[in-house]
Amino acid sequence: MIPLSWYIIFAAVLFCIGLYGALARRNALAILMGIELMLNAANVNIVAFWRYGTFAIRGQVFALIVFAVAAAEAAVGLALIISIYRRRTTIAVDEINMLKW
Amino acid sequence: MTSVQLVFLLTAAITLYAALMVVLSKHLVHAALWLILVLAGIAVLYVLLNAGFLAVVQVAIYIDAIAILIIIVVMLTQRAMGETSMQVNRSWWLAALTSIVLFVGLVALFNQIPFLQSDAPALDVDAEVLLDDLGVSLVDVDQYILPFEVASVLLLAALVGSIMIAWPRGSASEEEHEA
Repeated sequence: MIPLSWYIIFAAVLFCIGLYGALARRNALAILMGIELMLNAANVNIVAFWRYGTFAIRGQVFALIVFAVAAAEAAVGLALIISIYRRRTTIAVDEINMLKW
Repeated sequence: MTSVQLVFLLTAAITLYAALMVVLSKHLVHAALWLILVLAGIAVLYVLLNAGFLAVVQVAIYIDAIAILIIIVVMLTQRAMGETSMQVNRSWWLAALTSIVLFVGLVALFNQIPFLQSDAPALDVDAEVLLDDLGVSLVDVDQYILPFEVASVLLLAALVGSIMIAWPRGSASEEEHEA
C-alpha cells in the first residue's frame, strides 16, 4: 500500500511550486493560481493525516472548511482583480503601487 | 509495486508536471487549463485516500466554480498583459530559492512524524457510514455545527463583498441621478 510519506512529499512539492508561483509572477491572476495550488497542497496533507492518523471524522470536516475559505478567497480576489483592471487597465502587481508611500 | 501505488505515482507525476506548467506557462489561459488538470489529479488522490465526498466537492467547487471563474477573469483581462511582456518579477530567483529552502526544511522535519512509513489503518466502516458520520457531525450540536455556520457566514460575507468590489464605479450614483 501507499506509505504516508508519499502523500506528504507530494504535498510539499506542490506547496513549493505554488509558493514560487505566488512570489515570482507579475500577473495578479497567476499569483491567485499559485495560492490555489498552495491551498490544495495543504488540503491533501490534512486528508492524508486524517486517513493515516487516529480515526475520527474531524479531518474531513477541517478539509471542508478549507474548501469554503478557498472559495471565498477566490471570489474576493477575482473581484479585486476586476476592480483594479477597471481603474488602472493593468493587473501587473508591480504597477499597482498606489498604496506604496 | 501494487496497482494502487502505480495509480498514485502516475497521478502524482501528472499533477506535479501540470502544477509546474501552471507556474511557468506564459499564456494565462494555458495556465488556467493546466490548473484544472492539477485539481482533477488531487480529486483522484482524495479517492485514493477513501475520501470520496471530498473528491466530489473538489470537482464541484474547484473545477466547476473556481477554475471557471479564473478562466472568465483571464479572458476579461487578457489585454492587460500580453505574452510578450515579462511574466516574472526581478527577484524571481529569490522566490525560487525560498521555495527550495522551504522544501528542504520540510523534508528535514518529516522525520518527526511518528507514523511516516506505516500503511493506512484498515477502514473498519463502510464508505456510506463514513459519509453519514461526516454529514451528522456537521450539523450535530456537540460536534462541528459552529465552524459549519461560521463558514456559511463567511461565504455570505465574501459574496456580498465581491459584488460590492466588482460593482462598476459610479453606476449606482448615475441611476440615482437619472431617477
